[in-house]
Amino acid sequence: MSESTREAVLLKGNEACAEGAIAGGCRYFFGYPITPQNQIPEYMARHLPEVGGVYLQAESEVAAINMVIGAAAAGTIPMTSSSSPGISLMQEGLSYLVGCELPCVLVNMVRGGPGLGNIAPAQSDYWMSTRGLGHGDGRSLVFAPYSVQEIHDWTAEAFDIAARYRLPVTILGDAALAQVAEPCQVRLRGKTVALEHEWAVGGGLQGRERRIVNSLWVQPDVMEQVNLRIAERLKQASADLTLWQETGSAEPAILVCAYGVTARVAETAIEWAAERGVAARLFRPISLVPFPYAPLGEWAGRVRKILVLELSLGQMIEDVRLAAAGRCEVEFFGRAGGQLLYPEEVADRLVAMMATQG
Amino acid sequence: MSAVNEADLRELEPLYTRPESLTETPMRYCPACTHGTAHRLVAEVLDELGVRERTVAVASVGCSVYAYEYFNCDCVQAAHGRAPAVATGIKRVRPDSVVFTYQGDGDLASIGLAEVIHAAARAENITVIFINNAVFGMTQGQMAPTSLPGQVTTTTPRGRSVEQGGHPLRVCELLREVEGVAYLARRALGAPRQVRAARKAIHKAFEAQLEGAGFALVELLSICPTFWHKSPLEALKHLEQAMVPYYPLGEYVDWRGSAGGEE
Repeated sequence: MSESTREAVLLKGNEACAEGAIAGGCRYFFGYPITPQNQIPEYMARHLPEVGGVYLQAESEVAAINMVIGAAAAGTIPMTSSSSPGISLMQEGLSYLVGCELPCVLVNMVRGGPGLGNIAPAQSDYWMSTRGLGHGDGRSLVFAPYSVQEIHDWTAEAFDIAARYRLPVTILGDAALAQVAEPCQVRLRGKTVALEHEWAVGGGLQGRERRIVNSLWVQPDVMEQVNLRIAERLKQASADLTLWQETGSAEPAILVCAYGVTARVAETAIEWAAERGVAARLFRPISLVPFPYAPLGEWAGRVRKILVLELSLGQMIEDVRLAAAGRCEVEFFGRAGGQLLYPEEVADRLVAMMATQG
Repeated sequence: MSAVNEADLRELEPLYTRPESLTETPMRYCPACTHGTAHRLVAEVLDELGVRERTVAVASVGCSVYAYEYFNCDCVQAAHGRAPAVATGIKRVRPDSVVFTYQGDGDLASIGLAEVIHAAARAENITVIFINNAVFGMTQGQMAPTSLPGQVTTTTPRGRSVEQGGHPLRVCELLREVEGVAYLARRALGAPRQVRAARKAIHKAFEAQLEGAGFALVELLSICPTFWHKSPLEALKHLEQAMVPYYPLGEYVDWRGSAGGEE
């Protein structure tokens, strides 16, 4: 326990997320109920007023993200959370946030889809989250925690990151991480997001020029300059925040690439496969945008195969293939529709891959 | 004609000037469009109340999308229909700011109906200026939710059929039933006396906000000569003879308790 944290408490991922947000300085939350993330708005409704914050339940996800736009324009770093179908509804607003160069924190506790799908864990929103949050030429930062502790910490960090790069920051979780309870060292509250950002409207002119928050640029040359400015900030973020974690064999034959809850499964599977003579290593991207292409590419030149694990029919694998650039074979193992992967089947797959090595 | 003496001119007291709450940017509206009138009325009221420096305008999508270039205050440009939600976010963070949205009938009564009704139900302390000219102007003349029965538009080429395309929405009549509305009025930007009444209503709608009374909306029946395919004079006649009978003018809610209702 450090000076900045309290004792470890047992929290669900959703609760840890909400408490992390408060510790990170969040004071404005706009939400709409959807399973499996309901404990986030519930926690905020209960606890934001304790720190002088504002919780507001919107009439829809569409309204929630537009309240976020207004609050961000007014100078705070606001937050909203939802799950897959709700994020689909927010995409227009997210595109406006990127276009208006406004920061916010967005949590997506992904569930099975497409359509109404179900409320089981999935990673099938990887494309939606990482390929631009909505229409237009823009992307924003995405972080994928893999434990309750990381959900707490990354949500807390997300506010400073969003402010620094004037971009929405997505915390990409899933129904399993949202609902599982684990010990979590909770950060102390005491930080508040400042309102005095250089883009902020409201608060009185007091001698300054009036400010306009806008994403309409009719002249293509002007629009392109905005596109380039946003891309430049993303590039800077890539230099600062490309994050990943590795565990397992130091001389692996197989590199396992997985993020979020699937990386938890992979850790166990790699241990079990090691007992059966398989030298495997886990490469876990923590930042999905920026994606750790370079370090993953280095491994591609050193291993025989990469196995990508996802709770989808294969989305992140496209980034892994880009990173590998043909230097090794890239195989896929995943489940879809809210089904989980289990360590036994992943370990079996690793053993089988070793057996078929030429 | 005698030469004008500049020194004499300087001594004259100006009777009519640009309100400080309007920028010097030339407006791009069509000839005879009443958006310019509505902008000016809002700006005059902001000047009168002395709140320009703490006002945030929320522009919407439609002909008035560039409102942020004309209102001389902090501005945010909102997605189509979402201005009341954006205004909510601003007002919750900056309760001391005067926040208003400026929306057309497509924006407010079609795609944005949920946002405006819920902002009203929350008694969100904002002011909404609602321009109803019964047509989508910016996209060149399609049917609006407020297009009159029989009205010819590019998407109702044989005239709006209520059997096929539904009925026009009366927004004030809808909102009058919503708790949380402090002030609600419908005025017309037609004859000078109507314009003066509109100005008075806008003034009240901002006063409601300044007093923290709740949600305020002023609907301004407006003309669109371009997409009504009428001369300005014919358009004004149509406003009087077709729009006003379908959309009765009046004060529907007044937090001070003196709403006269339909006139």
